[in-house]
Amino acid sequence: MKGSEILVEALRREKVEVIFGIPGGAMLPFYDSLYDSDIKHILMRHEQGAAHAADGYARASGKVGVCAATSGPGASNLTTGIANAYMDSIPIIALTGQVPTLMIGRDAFQETDIVGITMPITKYNFQIRDTKDIPKIIKMAFKIATHGRPGPVLIDIPKDVQEKDAEVEFPEDIKIRGLKKIPEPSLEKLKEAAKLIVNAERPLLLIGGGVILSNASNEVLKLSEMMLIPVVTTLMGKGAFPEDHPLSLGMIGMHGRKAANHITYECDLLIAIGTRFSDRSTGNIQCFAPQAKIIHIDIDASEIGKNVEPYLGIIGDAKKSLRILIDILKQYRKKENTEWYKRVQELKKEYPVKMDYDDIPLKPPRIMKELQEVISDDDIITTEVGQCQMIAAHFITRRKPRTFITSGGLGTMGFGFPAAIGAKVAKPDVNVIDIAGDGSFLMTMQQLATCVEYGINVIVAIMNNNYLGMVRQWQELFYNRRYSAVYLGKTTDFVKIAEGFGAKGIRVERPSEIKEAFIEAFKEKKPVVIDFIIDPEYNILPMVPPGKCLKDYIDLNI
Amino acid sequence: MKNQRHVIMALVEDRPGVLQRISCLFRKRNFNIDTITVGKSEIDGISRMTITLKADERTLNQVIKQLEKLIDVIRVEELHTENIVERELALIKIKTSNIQERDEVIQYANIFRAKIVDVSKNSLIIEITGTPDKIDAFINLVKNKILELARTGIVAMKRGNNETSS
Repeated sequence: MKGSEILVEALRREKVEVIFGIPGGAMLPFYDSLYDSDIKHILMRHEQGAAHAADGYARASGKVGVCAATSGPGASNLTTGIANAYMDSIPIIALTGQVPTLMIGRDAFQETDIVGITMPITKYNFQIRDTKDIPKIIKMAFKIATHGRPGPVLIDIPKDVQEKDAEVEFPEDIKIRGLKKIPEPSLEKLKEAAKLIVNAERPLLLIGGGVILSNASNEVLKLSEMMLIPVVTTLMGKGAFPEDHPLSLGMIGMHGRKAANHITYECDLLIAIGTRFSDRSTGNIQCFAPQAKIIHIDIDASEIGKNVEPYLGIIGDAKKSLRILIDILKQYRKKENTEWYKRVQELKKEYPVKMDYDDIPLKPPRIMKELQEVISDDDIITTEVGQCQMIAAHFITRRKPRTFITSGGLGTMGFGFPAAIGAKVAKPDVNVIDIAGDGSFLMTMQQLATCVEYGINVIVAIMNNNYLGMVRQWQELFYNRRYSAVYLGKTTDFVKIAEGFGAKGIRVERPSEIKEAFIEAFKEKKPVVIDFIIDPEYNILPMVPPGKCLKDYIDLNI
Repeated sequence: MKNQRHVIMALVEDRPGVLQRISCLFRKRNFNIDTITVGKSEIDGISRMTITLKADERTLNQVIKQLEKLIDVIRVEELHTENIVERELALIKIKTSNIQERDEVIQYANIFRAKIVDVSKNSLIIEITGTPDKIDAFINLVKNKILELARTGIVAMKRGNNETSS
């Protein structure tokens, strides 16, 4: 078999159904073999989008996302997407072409050291030097990407390696001696955790993205309900717990719900699962959950004690740990109607969320309110980054895991739209809505062509304020309103842009038109861009200034 | 928190790029290391690395755990300095303008059980092996006469009869 055929066959055996990519010189053999295969290929319009689409596909489906690019600029364009997947622990495989082996190191045309470039932003990367190694390396790559804490893996394949023939066998499994066994959660420690939970008066669950990656949402719900433990999530944990549940207080952090941030001050036990205590979630770490003993459960041993020194650290898979913990707790009495439960309800009443603005230009919370009323639990929200992201994260209620997809760690503007493409390919039967800003959308909007060409009918809801809104907000709050390099101008016509690509464009300026626009978009047999004209100086508040404590947020009336 | 000196042993795959992966990790995580040495271990295909650094407990813990996460790293262990043998080798070229000076250096070398491995008209090369402290002490003695200095960095091993592969 030819190397490129071996490659396609190896991918098929890993059950790859779709590849997001762009071909090029060094990938010609691979694309030639792909031509005969049943693996679907989505031709993206920029490689960054290919990586984000693979990422969005992985987040929506729980499977591995695959993207492909040629050598040189193709490969280097993938890097933002790879770094994004790395920061959020998303399993993707990036395939890159490389100049022929004998040309490597000679600064050949479209040569770049992509293995060197991506070393710090991949879980692992390979350059295949011998055609017969292809099956082994593909097997290893998928194993590494999904083992333990997931992450991106890049495979660089020189053109001659794709072209050469080799006799190969495809291994069913492969042992990688450096891939450490995932430790079984310590029973002793889980017993101690159970005791702490039973004895705590004011326990609180903090749920991170790890719970979604581990598919442990049901277990969290069970634990929360049986011991009456309220739940807050990080940005990455959004959707892991039904946010309309009586025990849910929503997201904590810089733009978290007020009730959620406040409760971290009152809890005496914090059970943090699958979270890395990012600065955006905890605020100033010195004053985070000041009264609480912290139990930290994480699959990655290096996360325990990295940002927060827990009272009790448990290394292990979230689902497995939670199942054991629930089993242990079954011998104790279920908690009912505790003082703490009442306090949770009080807090929620004390800090209601206001969304019913009637203003023109629009206030984004109103858009979120109307959207909330027309989406179903299975529909997927993706976001760009900045104000639009925090508007979505703060105001929209999600009830299921994998239905809120956002660039948490890297904060990549331009992520949400291509990620929505990946999500829609993974879940063609649900509505996928990208909550965008005009600045973010402009970064990857060329993918409208991809959407139209393949009939990937996603919806982009632009919060159009003619600004790089979050930067402007920071300049307003912390730089004396000196709006340096944030004004985007008013000349861009997003409706015409949509139409120019063959998509549908809708402009919305009045509150009464919002819902109608979404409903129309859901019915449309094309991708739709909705241009919401919002208050240009709208600030997403509350906001905890960087380095401040979670209770010291700037609020609406200040 | 106090920064203490620590010695870490890592067994790693003998593959191209491994050293780059490890130094890349140190740089991106902002870990400052003092020395790093790599060479073959007793197991085919596995290299042994010795890393020394000054760090507090938290940082040390992070260094070990982050290293353990690397796919090319098979095992990491802190070698507690009170129970190990550690050695470094240095080659030192020393200027000797006259016989008197040469005799003086030779005397020092003898005291330190160093070897003279090359003699030319106006210089000597000394090979000295020992703990880094011992080498530092010797260097201090001859400091202003040094023409060239090359140190290997530290290799270390636990005392007693355990094996790396265990």
